[in-house]
Amino acid sequence: MTEHGVVETGARGFLRRLSVRGRIGFSVLFVWIVVALVGPIVAPFGEGDMVSVESFAYPPEAGFLGTDYLGRDLLSRLLYGARMTMGVAFAAACIACVVGVFLGFLAAIAKGWVDHVLSRLIDALLSFPSIILALIVIGGLGTSLPVVLGTVALIEATRVFRIARALALDIGTLDFVDAARARGENPLWIITREILPNAAAPLLADFGLRYTYAILIVSGLSFLGLGVQPPNADWGVMVKENIQGLFLGAPAAVIAAACIATVTISVNLVVDAFIDRDRKTRVPEMLP
Amino acid sequence: MILKLLGIRVLTGLLTLAIVSLLVFGATEILPGDVAEAVLGRGATPEALAAMRERLSLDQPAYIRYFEWLGRMMNGDFGTSTATGRPVITLIEDRLLNTAVLALATALVAVPLAFGLGLLSAMRANSVTDQTITVGALVAVAVPEFFTAVVLIYVFSVTFEWLPAISMIRSGEPILQSLDRLVLPIAVLTMVVMAHTVRMTRSTVVNVLSSGFVEMALLKGMPRHRIVLLHALPNVLSPLFTVIALTLAYLVSGVVVVETVFSYPGLGRLMVDAVAGRDVPVIQACGMIFCAAYVVLNMTADALSVLSNPRLRVPK
Repeated sequence: MTEHGVVETGARGFLRRLSVRGRIGFSVLFVWIVVALVGPIVAPFGEGDMVSVESFAYPPEAGFLGTDYLGRDLLSRLLYGARMTMGVAFAAACIACVVGVFLGFLAAIAKGWVDHVLSRLIDALLSFPSIILALIVIGGLGTSLPVVLGTVALIEATRVFRIARALALDIGTLDFVDAARARGENPLWIITREILPNAAAPLLADFGLRYTYAILIVSGLSFLGLGVQPPNADWGVMVKENIQGLFLGAPAAVIAAACIATVTISVNLVVDAFIDRDRKTRVPEMLP
Repeated sequence: MILKLLGIRVLTGLLTLAIVSLLVFGATEILPGDVAEAVLGRGATPEALAAMRERLSLDQPAYIRYFEWLGRMMNGDFGTSTATGRPVITLIEDRLLNTAVLALATALVAVPLAFGLGLLSAMRANSVTDQTITVGALVAVAVPEFFTAVVLIYVFSVTFEWLPAISMIRSGEPILQSLDRLVLPIAVLTMVVMAHTVRMTRSTVVNVLSSGFVEMALLKGMPRHRIVLLHALPNVLSPLFTVIALTLAYLVSGVVVVETVFSYPGLGRLMVDAVAGRDVPVIQACGMIFCAAYVVLNMTADALSVLSNPRLRVPK
């Protein structure tokens, strides 16, 4: 909404309505999404190609960013890693969101024993620190991409469930939902037509947060050697692989870690701007 | 009344721990054959596998094994590590102490620092200082622990060579003699947990400062520093204990990655190694200790907030 009360639509209007921080975050995120989509196509080398016999070769001679600990092109691996890290986390966040919202709404609508059983189970899962829960599941099942994806989705779904259930309970008490019930609409219609549209904005903001946490857990597990397995390129794996290079003065590990940091920070900035814009009351001014 | 409320919270905590133990057991024993196979390797004969299963009582039904496991654990017997053949308890003892030292030292640094920053941020709400602190906290929450760690190693260990990058401590070596090795791990953990604490403190103080009694004091012409000292602080200090307990709870997940980065011989690294080696008894023991610490700390935070805020004592 501009000063004149004219609502601008389209991408330009969307950007203009965001705060400065939000715009920065959105721009950085946009660049990373493009990189994740086209990265492997434009990468000068394959993710496993040895381009130099020298490990940690310096930039001008050996590629744009030099080579990693095995003499592979760092830039190419970062480009492949973008798709792996961002893709796995995105898939996990999507699954978590769908499952969490479905179960959360189900618990809120069904009430009674369904709500009780689901809520207690989710509470128990929430009493695990997330990385510990991931370690326990991977310890039991062994590590593989589906296990990592499923574990992260499970962890994030518990968080989505809580928010979705609370939102559905809140919205369910409003007059227009009562009216719909009085009209005799069925529960599915009420969920999809009345509750979901009104819960969409907070759920979308929450999805952003889930995505950052998913990136943090996936890359954290990869860093611990329990997530994505080498020789696949993943930013967390790349930090782990190249951490010894720090002592030789090669910043490869820092660059890979910085890639993760810029993605998660930019998503957070976008979410923050999004929540800020929707908030009716600002933080009150303190003393004069 | 208070006792009853606290009793309910303790009971809930115990119930949660019981469910947690069930989940830990279920997740790690979901593939019962694997333990015997993991120990003996792929080339094991069926007879050896059967003997091993019998010795580990894997031939018993799952629920019987669960209660036996729970009973042994209550008596401090965490079983035998399948990777090293040593009792799990001996592996854990030193590591637990090391992790506790790291966590407590971090709390000693992080809590006063975070509380100070949160207070500063709230008292100058919406100023440049506040904006800087808020953005700083947002960034610190968003970046992975190992990002902070590798940047600090790159700056302080590699570039300036001020601090050791590896925090190896031999068993038996007094930990307090090697404080320089603890500086970087503590710094990283502080950054990780401080962000949450700063945010919590800031919102608490902002709430108090916008309340009616502060406005009243302001209107009757009370000087600003007296308002902060006499009206705001007493109301902010009570949630401080809650903040400390929650900070320690956040530390639980932080130590896993940080200990691995710095090769610090703590419980977190033991657990990571155990997961890599599929050493189920060690995973179970470490998982239970971490979860118990987390549940107890959260429960304490909850109980302290009830004690410090009489309004929470009335059931909703």
